[in-house]
Amino acid sequence: MSDKWQPTIVGFFCNWCTYTAADLAGVSRMKYPATVRVIRLMCSGRVDPQFILKAFAGGADGVLIGGCHPGDCHYLEGNYKALRRFEMMKKLIAGFGIDEKRLRLEWISAAEGEKVKRVIEEMTQQVQELGPLDVPKIFAGWDEELDKLEEEIKKEAEEPSHV
Amino acid sequence: MSDKPKIAMYWCASCGGCEESVVDLAEDILFVVENVDIVFWPVALDFKKKDVEAMEDGSIVASFINGAIRTTEQEEMVRMLRRKSQIVIAYGSCAQTGGIPALANLCEREAILQYVYHDAPTVKNPEGTRPQLETRENGFRATLPEFHNVVRTLGQIVDVDYYLPGCPPSPKLLKEAVIVLLSGNLPPKGTVLAPDKALCDECARKETKPETMEIEAFHRPHNTPVDPELCFLAQGIVCMGPATRAGCGAACTCGNMPCTGCYGPTSRVEDQGAKILSSLMANLAPKDEEGIRKALEGIPDPVGTFYRYAVAGSLMRGKLTK
Repeated sequence: MSDKWQPTIVGFFCNWCTYTAADLAGVSRMKYPATVRVIRLMCSGRVDPQFILKAFAGGADGVLIGGCHPGDCHYLEGNYKALRRFEMMKKLIAGFGIDEKRLRLEWISAAEGEKVKRVIEEMTQQVQELGPLDVPKIFAGWDEELDKLEEEIKKEAEEPSHV
Repeated sequence: MSDKPKIAMYWCASCGGCEESVVDLAEDILFVVENVDIVFWPVALDFKKKDVEAMEDGSIVASFINGAIRTTEQEEMVRMLRRKSQIVIAYGSCAQTGGIPALANLCEREAILQYVYHDAPTVKNPEGTRPQLETRENGFRATLPEFHNVVRTLGQIVDVDYYLPGCPPSPKLLKEAVIVLLSGNLPPKGTVLAPDKALCDECARKETKPETMEIEAFHRPHNTPVDPELCFLAQGIVCMGPATRAGCGAACTCGNMPCTGCYGPTSRVEDQGAKILSSLMANLAPKDEEGIRKALEGIPDPVGTFYRYAVAGSLMRGKLTK
C-alpha cells in the first residue's frame, strides 16, 4: 500500500448480497485498500439516514452503502427505499457542506466479489482526492471559543469596565 | 423574603415567544405566582445581573432558560444561572435544539456580519463601522458581548435537567411542569416534559393517514390547494408529524398547516431531520433515479425543511466549514 493518506470509509453492506460479495472477494484472495470498515446489516433498506450522519459526525471521510440489484432484494423493496434515501441524503449532506461524492451507493450481488474490490478502490481514490473530512476536528475548532470566556472573566476581575 | 421556591426565567437568542407563552397562562399565572417567588425575569421584572450574582449557589430552585446561545453574554449568564440553580430547564425549541436562530449555522459568522452591517438593503453604513468588543474613552472602558462562531443549544453549554419543547411550549405543558416541580416528585434527569409519542397521535387527520403511502411528488403548502381534512402526507405535503413529539395539541395541523417539527424528536430518535427523511423516502412511489430526483425537486431546501428547529442539536450541528 502506498504512503498516501488513507481515508476512513464506513461501509453498510447488506447481508444477502454485498456482504456475501465482500466475503467472496476475501476467500478469492482479492486485494483492495483497507479503508472500509464494514458494518453488516440485513438489508440496505435498514441503513437509517441517522447511521450515515453518525458515521460522518464520528470521523468517517466517506460512507459506502452496498445492496442487492433492483428486483433482487430479499425483502422485495428494501433496496428501493435505500435508493430514495440515498438520493435525498446526497442533497441533505450537500446542505451541511459535505461533498456528495463522499456518499456512494452500489448494487453488488453475492457473485460480484470483483465489483467489491473495484468499488472500494474507486471510492478510496475519490475520497483521497477530496481529502480528510474529519468532522470531530471541525467541531473542536468551533468549540475552542468556549474556553475564551474563562479568561475574559479573569481579565474583567482585574480591570472592571464602566459603562 | 418568603420561603416559597425561587424561580428564574432568562431569555437568550430567541424571538420572545417563550416569554409570551408565560403570559398566555392567563389566569393560571396567578397559580404560579402564588406558589413561587420569581427572583429573576429580565423581560418583566427589574432585577439585575448583580442581584443574581449575590444569590447563594443553588438557591434558585429552577431556572427556565429559553433561546439558543450565540453570544458570550448569553453563555456567561447561563453558566451563572446553572451555578445558582438546583434545576435548569431548557424552555422551548431554541434552548432544546437550537430553534430558528440555529439556521444561521448554515452561514459562516463572517458572512452574517458582512450582511447585517454592510450589505443588507436597509443598512446605511458608509464608514463601514462594526461593533467593537471594547471601546476606551476618557479612561472608561465599555465592552460588548462577542458573537460566537456558531449557535449552540443550552445543553451544549451547561448541564440541563429537563426540557420543555415547543416554539413556544404550550401553556398547558408549562403549567404541568410547574406542578411537577412543586410536587417534589421529580422525573429522571434529562426528561422531556411532554408526551413521548409522535404528533400524528394527537392529529385530527390521523384517521385519513393511508395504511400504505405512495407519495408521487412533494408540494409546498403555498403552491397547492390544501385539503383541510386529509393527512398532509397523503397530499404530498411534507409534514414533520411522524418524527415530532406530541404535546402541542396539533395546533398547526388544526390550522391547516403541516407540522414543521418544533417539539423536537421523541426519545427513540437522535436526529429528527434524518428520521423524517427516512420515513418520507420509504413512502415515495418512484423507484428509478430519474423519477426520484424529479419528486425531490419538491423539497428544494432539505436542511431548512427537516431541521427547521434542530440544526444546532443535529448530528452535523451546522454547515461544516474548516
